[in-house]
Amino acid sequence: MNRRVTIAYLAGLGLLLLAPNFIYPILVMKVLCFALFACAFNLLLGYTGLLSFGHAVFLGSAAYVTGHALKVWELPTLVGLLAGTVAAAALGWVIGSLAIRRQGIYFAMVTLALAQMVFFFFLQAPFTGGEDGLQGVPRGTLFGLDLANDINLYYLVAAIFSASFWLIQRTIHSPFGQILKAIRENEPRAISLGYDVAKYKLLAFVLSAGLAGLAGATKTLVFKFATLTDAHWHTSGEVVLMTLLGGMGTVFGPLVGATIIVTLQNELADKVGSLVTVIMGAIFVICVLAFRRGIVGESLALYKRMIGQKT
Amino acid sequence: MAEDCILETTGLVKEFRGFVAVNGVDLKVRRGHIHALIGPNGAGKTTCFNLLTKFLEPTRGAIRFNGIDITHEAPEKIARRGVVRSFQISAVFPHLTVLENVRIALQRKLGTSFHFWKSDRSLNLLNDRAMELLASVDLQDCADMVTVEMPYGRKRALEIATTLALDPELMLLDEPTQGMGHEDVDRVMQLIKKVSANRTILMVEHNMKVVAGISDTLTVLARGSVLAEGPYAVVAANPLVIEAYMGTEVDELASPAGH
Repeated sequence: MNRRVTIAYLAGLGLLLLAPNFIYPILVMKVLCFALFACAFNLLLGYTGLLSFGHAVFLGSAAYVTGHALKVWELPTLVGLLAGTVAAAALGWVIGSLAIRRQGIYFAMVTLALAQMVFFFFLQAPFTGGEDGLQGVPRGTLFGLDLANDINLYYLVAAIFSASFWLIQRTIHSPFGQILKAIRENEPRAISLGYDVAKYKLLAFVLSAGLAGLAGATKTLVFKFATLTDAHWHTSGEVVLMTLLGGMGTVFGPLVGATIIVTLQNELADKVGSLVTVIMGAIFVICVLAFRRGIVGESLALYKRMIGQKT
Repeated sequence: MAEDCILETTGLVKEFRGFVAVNGVDLKVRRGHIHALIGPNGAGKTTCFNLLTKFLEPTRGAIRFNGIDITHEAPEKIARRGVVRSFQISAVFPHLTVLENVRIALQRKLGTSFHFWKSDRSLNLLNDRAMELLASVDLQDCADMVTVEMPYGRKRALEIATTLALDPELMLLDEPTQGMGHEDVDRVMQLIKKVSANRTILMVEHNMKVVAGISDTLTVLARGSVLAEGPYAVVAANPLVIEAYMGTEVDELASPAGH
């Protein structure tokens, strides 16, 4: 079984390395950025049981900070990425500390409200370029390689995604991840066993925010701009959709969900125009009504049933 | 005498918007005893439990554990002091395996519970101790089962194993035999008796057979106040107690084995 998993990972890695030979690299990079965003979100929703409804704010803040660092301060690319990630994690600490005092729907509402506050700050603040966005962010170079070349950038993005995916995977399967699952499963019991659950939730929130930020920072590098859309609540909704569609609480679910949603949006944008939001809405409804465990979740359940029948 | 008392409450009061659920309870739990808390529905037993473990904040009164005032401590801190509770509804982590359930309790002592960069294989060194605990409640054969698939009685046994993992000085069990069949009740009763060695147990229990069978002292609560206290035989003969328990419950008190 373990061997099969290793082979699956190697196959995935191979696919990741070869993909730009067949598919437009910018599209693959966009998919990877949103997949990372969704994976970070899933760490919170799927493994800790916290529904943040303002996660786009971390994507957006990191996008602006990285954009500003590269364009105005002219910092090296990696430092710019790091700055965005750290900024998102710090914002995650502030929003997280306030939100984890409440539970369930109230938690979601607090995150949404705080995210909207930050959104309107970005709308007014001079450094974001308001409605126009922050345009013309230079990609810079890395170890002498010019990142303006899409293929060079692609391998950087693939490396960032793989490393982050590994970190999320490790977090889920760590001593810390065990406690997160315990909190998700039965919070009062976790408290009665002596765990200060607020601290665990906060660390999970900061990790998730930081990784969502890394996704946003990388996205700025790919598209050379940061816009208000990144921080808009639509984007917060989209990441919920991606995670649910793929399967929350599964390792690969968010990846699958993000791939489907981003590809669909890309394919449909010039064919059906603004109808695309209606289609996304319909997918959401179908997903919630017909397959709640998401694509990966339902497939796993089916696989288990088949194995169960054989024995 | 003072040293013999592991847990003591003085004038414990809990009001919910004018409704007094617990009204001036003075409770003394003696070290090494199995102390049962009984009373009709709504008497304030579970509220009392929630106050003792600080899942609820008392309106007035004080709680002392080993002579230390714990009235204003956080619930997880009280757990770390050695007062560990169970819940009325089976408190397990349903989608983790049986072994993982016990390991969660053992894990805190390792001090790596915030280490998100470490592999969970580092927890395997706790497996032996976890298996020992599972064996003590006859669950060693279910270690790899996902908890949700186990029958109810076994989940309660798992809960006791998880609580034991913390090696608590004082165990609070909220209706440990609730919703169980005869065999399971007997099994859990034996189990409680067994684990009560070297520790103190305070339990809320409805089943008079269990109360009569294993408790050293019992406290009867009614309408938020202590109605009677003492060994089973004395309390069962108390006319006030018989009055509080009407109908069939009287028979239960009179002949506990008949239940």
